[in-house]
Amino acid sequence: MDNLLSIITFIPAIAAVILALFLRGEDAAAQKNAKWLALIATGATFIVSLFLIAQFDPSDTGFQFVEEREWLMGLKYKMGVDGISVLFVMLTTFLMPLTIWSAWNVKVRVKEYIIAFLLLETLMLGVFCALDLVLFYLFFEAGLIPMFLIIGIWGGANRIYAAFKFFLYTFLGSVLMLVAMIAMYVDAGTTDIAALLQHNFSTGTISLFGFQILGGLQTLLFLAFFASFAVKMPMWPVHTWLPDAHVQAPTAGSVVLAAILLKMGGYGFLRFSLPMFPVGSEILAPLVFWMSAIAIVYTSLVALAQEDMKKLIAYSSVAHMGYVTMGIFAANQQGIDGAIFQMISHGFISGALFLIVGVIYDRMHTREIDAYGGLINRMPAYALIFCFFTMANVGLPGTSGFIGEFLVLMGIFQVNTWVALFATSGVILSAAYALWLYRRVVLGDLIKESLKTITDMSRRERAIFAPLVVMTLLLGVYPALVTDIIGPSVEALIGKYETAVADFSPATQVAETGDH
Amino acid sequence: MISTDLAILLPEIFLSLFAMVALIGAVYTEKDGLAGTITWAASAVMIAVAIWVLMSGGNDRTAFGGLFIDDGFSRFAKVVILISAACVLMMGQEFMARRGLLKFEYPVLVVLAVVGMMLMVSAGDLMALYMGLELQSLALYVVAAIRRDGVKSTEAGLKYFVLGALSSGLLLYGASLTYGYAGTTQFAGIIAAAGEGAMPIGLLIGLVFIISGLAFKISAVPFHMWTPDVYEGAPTPITAFFATAPKVAAMGLFARVLHDAFGNATGDWGQILALLAVLSMFLGAIAAVGQRDIKRLMAYSSIAHMGYALVGLASGTEQGVTAMLIYMAIYVTMNIGTFAFILSMERDGRHITTIDSLRQLGSREPVKALALLVLMFSLAGVPPLLGFFGKFAVLMAAVDADMTWLAVLGAIASVIGAFYYLRIVYFMYFGDESVEPVEGHMSPLAFGFLVASAAIMILGIVNLFGVDGYAAAAAATLVN
Repeated sequence: MDNLLSIITFIPAIAAVILALFLRGEDAAAQKNAKWLALIATGATFIVSLFLIAQFDPSDTGFQFVEEREWLMGLKYKMGVDGISVLFVMLTTFLMPLTIWSAWNVKVRVKEYIIAFLLLETLMLGVFCALDLVLFYLFFEAGLIPMFLIIGIWGGANRIYAAFKFFLYTFLGSVLMLVAMIAMYVDAGTTDIAALLQHNFSTGTISLFGFQILGGLQTLLFLAFFASFAVKMPMWPVHTWLPDAHVQAPTAGSVVLAAILLKMGGYGFLRFSLPMFPVGSEILAPLVFWMSAIAIVYTSLVALAQEDMKKLIAYSSVAHMGYVTMGIFAANQQGIDGAIFQMISHGFISGALFLIVGVIYDRMHTREIDAYGGLINRMPAYALIFCFFTMANVGLPGTSGFIGEFLVLMGIFQVNTWVALFATSGVILSAAYALWLYRRVVLGDLIKESLKTITDMSRRERAIFAPLVVMTLLLGVYPALVTDIIGPSVEALIGKYETAVADFSPATQVAETGDH
Repeated sequence: MISTDLAILLPEIFLSLFAMVALIGAVYTEKDGLAGTITWAASAVMIAVAIWVLMSGGNDRTAFGGLFIDDGFSRFAKVVILISAACVLMMGQEFMARRGLLKFEYPVLVVLAVVGMMLMVSAGDLMALYMGLELQSLALYVVAAIRRDGVKSTEAGLKYFVLGALSSGLLLYGASLTYGYAGTTQFAGIIAAAGEGAMPIGLLIGLVFIISGLAFKISAVPFHMWTPDVYEGAPTPITAFFATAPKVAAMGLFARVLHDAFGNATGDWGQILALLAVLSMFLGAIAAVGQRDIKRLMAYSSIAHMGYALVGLASGTEQGVTAMLIYMAIYVTMNIGTFAFILSMERDGRHITTIDSLRQLGSREPVKALALLVLMFSLAGVPPLLGFFGKFAVLMAAVDADMTWLAVLGAIASVIGAFYYLRIVYFMYFGDESVEPVEGHMSPLAFGFLVASAAIMILGIVNLFGVDGYAAAAAATLVN
């Protein structure tokens, strides 16, 4: 099967088209059919993607499963995966069936809801598989449309504000990236990502409006891509759309947003910023480090003050993404391994945490922390699972959360001790807000009248959490599962990065002496 | 000799004859009773002529000693003009009939305007240019005011006429200056007189006046003032017509004059067009935000879109012309679909155009709402819809011509512009149910246009239906 990636990417879209064209009516039977079809389609995608990972050869650092076709305006339809992207594909196909399953209770406009999620899956998979700049941009941006509708139609009270903020923030970031992509095309004469990875963009200092820009074109391109990925990531200070979008999105929307969509930014940094603009990355890395450190400490403190459970988890996501950006730009094996690991692990953990909030939100229709307390008395199974993922979020050894954070901190410590110090304090803060949240919601006596009749998790809900628990534990005790796959590709990436940076250093000297 | 010249003009002659036969036929028989028939016949004839022009391809020819040029560029523009005019006539027919506006002069005037547009894009001489332009404009002035008893429609017609006359004056003045300094009105002669080096100052001033006159026709800022009022005041099918074919013709003429007559001075007019483009993109985007009337909103939207098309032209390269042609083809398709929907907006039998009447359309009319949603995202330039590829093409042309700053500004303006398209989506899908909803009375044909144009926006990503190839070939014949 030489077009495996296209098959994986487009199965959900085909299911969405079938639903859109052939499913009529809003009655219970139609709703059920829509959900089952979606579950089968996403499940099939996952099963097909198992073939992908089985045939994937980690020792090959180039792109595998490559397909290439002519496309319009001289562009190419080119797909392929390497060690960096293959696990993101797996993460997406793994989480989507669970997401669909968790949406079993949605009653409003079910068909459209399901179609939006199926299209979203295709677009997310496309982002991780695309090997052409414009194709990548197409998938990257198109995800905004279903997400805008998911937040705006099925979201909570303040959904319209959140939907607009989400769309316009990310759109502004991305159009600048588009201009940078066009500039890359003009400079390199190709939009093929594999070829662009070999292209050396000029690093000669250029002067713009009287400013001397060290690293020249690379720095400018880096900044344009940074504008897009930093918003998507999201990094402090452009993270403010995330809490709004999360709080208002329905549970399944939050899961997709936190577990997969946020990873696009990190993936973008690894695919474009670091390997294509190594000098720009090197010059601006301190900026990224400090932004990440501020994100970790500041958003952890903000999380402490939240009254809304989803908002708290959203801020915790921003903090965890801070580790990711920090690890990526530490640009050593531990740092980047850790960043990718952290992204995968955060996919499971944050997804699970939003599902956990969803479980009690479905019962009580509030996310206020104050509305709960003492749930352990009536929901022991729930308390157990909540406890497990709280610990994973904190980074308890034995869970996948620990490996990611530890590797990143080790990576960054070798580059910048002060940043590492601040980042480590974030580990303590995360324990504070996560455990406090757990205490307030689950522990204590059950004194609230409204909670006296609350029921424990249903069999469906337990089944959704089971795979997430397994993955979190498995990666926690056997991280080689991930690092063996990403290792060689990351090593190749670092090798190239270091060569490029070493080549640049003498040139910097010349430019600096020239100025004085 | 003369017969070979006439043979080249045969499509235009055929259309003109059709218009005259229809006019005389209607006057001497049932008058407005024939209007419906003439509308259908005019659409059919225009589509037939479009196919004819498409098939007649091949080598470039000139007629009447260079007054009239028939090349790949003009054929591309003519096909787009003819098809869009035919579509607009067909989808507006029912709207006009139900409101007693279907007079027999209407299709005849549209056909005459189309003949004018075909002459415009084929002009090889300042005289031919002016004649084509005036033939088009005079017909349009009249159709704008076709609702004789409506205050807004007559106001629209009058405004359009007065400002249009002014712009024609500017253009004529520019043409006379150009003639004075070049000694000829033929484009081929002007480009020879301008020479390779710096242009004579008189020619330059002439060029600026010509650009101003043409900028009025495409409603580029700062010559856009008439657009919102005319769009709002004219009956909706006529607004749809204004938004499509004349824009393509004026853009085609723009490219023709600049490249054929002033092709050596790309640096000079590139700056002017870049300024017009930036102003149009930003004013179109910002002014539309506050609009409550969908026709006015579409007016500002078209101003912004003309700005993007101008970005392509401003780059002054063959790639830029290609991008402009692709952009215009996509723009016209999107507008036909959107106006097909606007035509159907009514409540208690009255046509309404307020945006908030779209509330809850998503749950009451899912298919229409979905189609409009696709068109709105496409107009905003969000991938993967075709509107994005139009923007991508022009931005690429700008960066390629070393005008990255222009591309950056265009990108920023598109974010501002996205807001008001999203607002329409917001009303359709997120709005509350407190407002009395709009009733959808839509002819099957208009519905077909709406759905087809939305489908094109989605399916076009496979290969753009080959339009990019045609556009590139067309641009190659213009710029060489």
